[in-house]
Amino acid sequence: MCHQSVGLVQSVIERAGIPTVSITLLREVTERVRPPRALFVDRPLGFPLGEPHNGPLQKAITMSALALVSEPVEDLLVREMIETPGTPPAGRLDR
Amino acid sequence: MRLYRYRHIDWRPSHVLDKPLSAACVAAITSAGYYLPGQAPFDQSEDGGDCSYRVIDSQANVATLHVGNRSEAFDSSGLELDKNLALPLDRLHALARERAIGRVAPRHISIMGSITAPGRLVSRTAAEIAAMLHHDAVDAVLLVPV
Repeated sequence: MCHQSVGLVQSVIERAGIPTVSITLLREVTERVRPPRALFVDRPLGFPLGEPHNGPLQKAITMSALALVSEPVEDLLVREMIETPGTPPAGRLDR
Repeated sequence: MRLYRYRHIDWRPSHVLDKPLSAACVAAITSAGYYLPGQAPFDQSEDGGDCSYRVIDSQANVATLHVGNRSEAFDSSGLELDKNLALPLDRLHALARERAIGRVAPRHISIMGSITAPGRLVSRTAAEIAAMLHHDAVDAVLLVPV
């Protein structure tokens, strides 16, 4: 239910005029709630920003998500976080 | 989960950040149910879920946050080790120092997960949060479920 709660709060904030983006660990749930923008992180529930105490990875995921708020959207936009060992992670256009 | 009818809110038209991220004020929202020492814990026994929220000051010591969302649906061991995993305040401060973002909003938000009856979450909680973010001149919001 976390993903529904977050998606609904996100939608209300966007409707109120502030650009929003969420992390999603459950893509299928986000695709039903359909908030404006989401970054899919392929990690288990409980690990939305990757790993505890991994500052570089947490910052990379944060920035990959925030990059999406510059994009106008008409329906849910999901991008996937790509983590590449040894190189800075980057977002990939997925849909 | 397959039988549950997920709710959707029509948010269109979208709003776009009208400045570089390096000039933007950023706020974060988590559903980890975090609360600070001195704040009331969330009530996991409430019917339909606890739709209240906690305001987390930007200068709060992230390590002192309590993890309120202890659903059996997920592994909370990572959150216990590093609260930034679901509310990256230390990372946002670092990004502001590195000038990747403009500044960190003065207030951030923690809500609970496990809300099966989200009516009040939408009508009251989310509306109050949006008003608070407007008051703080927030330009962009990152939301993090667990």
